[in-house]
Amino acid sequence: MNDLLLTGLLILIKLGMVLAVLLSMAAYLVLAERKILGRMQRRYGPNRVGFGGMLQPLADLIKLLTKEDFIPAQADKWLFMLAPGLAAVTALLAFAVVPFAPPLEIFGRQLPMVVCDLNVGILYFFGLSSLAVYGVALGGWASNSKYALLGALRAMGQMLSYELAMGLSIVPVILMARSFSLTEIVQAQASAPFALCNPVAFGIFFISALAESKRTPFDLPEAENELVAGYHTEYSGMRFGLFFVGEYLNLVVLGAIITSLFLGGWHGPFLPPIIWFLGKVLAVAFVFIWIRGTLPRLRYDQLMAFGWKILVPLALVNLLVTGGVLLWLGGAS
Amino acid sequence: MASLLFYLLAATALLATLLCITRRSPVHAVIFLINAFFALALMFYLLGAPLIAAWEVIVYAGAIMVLFLFVIMTLDLSPDSQRPALSRGQWAPVLLLFLLLLVSAGLILTFDPASQASVPLFYASPRSFGAALFDRYGLAVEIVSFQLLFAAVGAYYLGRRRKARQAEESS
Amino acid sequence: MNLWRDIKGTFQPFWVTLRYLFKRPVTISYPEQKRTPPPRYRARMILTRDPEGEERCVACHLCSAACPVDCISMQAAEREDGRRQAAWFRINFARCIYCGLCAEACPTMAIQMSPEYELGNRDPLKLVWEKEDLLVDHGGKDPNYHFYRHSGIGVAAPRGGNDDELPPVNIKTNLP
Repeated sequence: MNDLLLTGLLILIKLGMVLAVLLSMAAYLVLAERKILGRMQRRYGPNRVGFGGMLQPLADLIKLLTKEDFIPAQADKWLFMLAPGLAAVTALLAFAVVPFAPPLEIFGRQLPMVVCDLNVGILYFFGLSSLAVYGVALGGWASNSKYALLGALRAMGQMLSYELAMGLSIVPVILMARSFSLTEIVQAQASAPFALCNPVAFGIFFISALAESKRTPFDLPEAENELVAGYHTEYSGMRFGLFFVGEYLNLVVLGAIITSLFLGGWHGPFLPPIIWFLGKVLAVAFVFIWIRGTLPRLRYDQLMAFGWKILVPLALVNLLVTGGVLLWLGGAS
Repeated sequence: MASLLFYLLAATALLATLLCITRRSPVHAVIFLINAFFALALMFYLLGAPLIAAWEVIVYAGAIMVLFLFVIMTLDLSPDSQRPALSRGQWAPVLLLFLLLLVSAGLILTFDPASQASVPLFYASPRSFGAALFDRYGLAVEIVSFQLLFAAVGAYYLGRRRKARQAEESS
Repeated sequence: MNLWRDIKGTFQPFWVTLRYLFKRPVTISYPEQKRTPPPRYRARMILTRDPEGEERCVACHLCSAACPVDCISMQAAEREDGRRQAAWFRINFARCIYCGLCAEACPTMAIQMSPEYELGNRDPLKLVWEKEDLLVDHGGKDPNYHFYRHSGIGVAAPRGGNDDELPPVNIKTNLP
């Protein structure tokens, strides 16, 4: 009984820490993005609140919480209120299967450093990322505004198209690791990260991840200069904040997934695993921000043509080649 | 515990499906349908088939329903643009189908095939599932996939020809 | 080749943004660092004085007429010696658009634009400036200009007594 209690307590502490780190990382990524974009454009970015702007996320939070929570008169009230939560929760839940460190030995028991080691972990992430589109789609539809609806439609078309390329680019990884579980995929990369073994899959997954998280150059669902703010045009206050948090949580989670799938997860020399993991996640997030600071937005037909005519065939060919090579290697040994 | 969860999920699935077919707004109907899919996926997970559960969510809830939603949103089907309730003549086939369903359900319940064939609980892990699918039922999978391909090509062909004919007529 | 150009066009910007990441920002962080505006900068108005230390404004209402947003108002008055001036003179800086038309319209160079730009205030009523707030102790951009030394009624000098002024025309006679 005492044993069970201790295990439960340890798991609770782990969950709390993961949640706290994840949320604060999302909050500070907002600040980091604003700062880095600012420096790329030769300005300072937010530097007023706290030391060099370090308390800016807190100020943003207070502002969003105290703002009026406006619901348009013709909106579908329940869906309008539900959609932002859906957007944030799907992003938060997706982190559950990401292993962030090797199992830890505490009080004579093994504590796996992953919230839930599903044996279909990667499919779980994939399912949640395909559900993330509902938050956007329903939010846009329920607003009863033309801009929001157009943003929602674009988001649906885009996420559906790039999900295919994303899924096909994951398959070579599964073939190489011989498992759906992210823990085993990370363990399979002990010698070399999959980004080196299969750079094409890495590239396809990275581009699809950009499109999935609706970031530049694929930020058409929220294209400011044509759709105001896209699907969250009508949102204000903390509901808008939830969309915002969801977006940056998605950034962290995609960074973590890219790290686990292609960059070797927590494997790395000299430094402790958790530092390697966090460093890789932050590096991926920095590249995402860097891309946002550099590339302009695509046109919608270019986006669709790129997804269906280049990425999907490339992913299929890559899958075929990887399978063939693995079969040949397996036959030789 | 597991059986309690199962009945809870089954009730959720039934209720969601019922709400799905009674809603006036098509978007609400789709949402309830997604809800039902979720309950089904969780039931698969409870029955020891996590792979099927994941596919249920990815394929049905994540892809097909998004397409449904996409089409509904682009068509802008408002509740009043739908057809009114069934006329009296249409009730007869509905009743017939309902009776058929009732009789077959009763037959299944009285014979109870699950109790006769004692199937061992099969933990459908991705590995064993894949092996079973492509080793034992490889031929069946290939035949089914070819049929799906034929259907897709046929649909494309039919759609194409009608379009060409329309173009001829109009010119 | 087109493809090569496209690839170069996609990846070259990354180098540019990365280089700019480590350059010094060009921002002037305002409350700590203040720019000194050029002397002819158009910010708030001042009412200047002539070389003798008297108010230049003769309350002719031309600035108030020229003002596109009607933010200038005044009441004309006359001193015992016949010199005109404003009884009160008011500029509402909450309405002012700093266009400088009043300064262009002024015949006596009394109202001028100054480069003082920090007018921010939480209470709009505090942006209504009276004559006492607007008056300064110098001549502004042309310190030697003295309206009554060139024309006007005989206040500073008898009529026609200024150097560049002709004696007044005697309308009672036809002789040149």
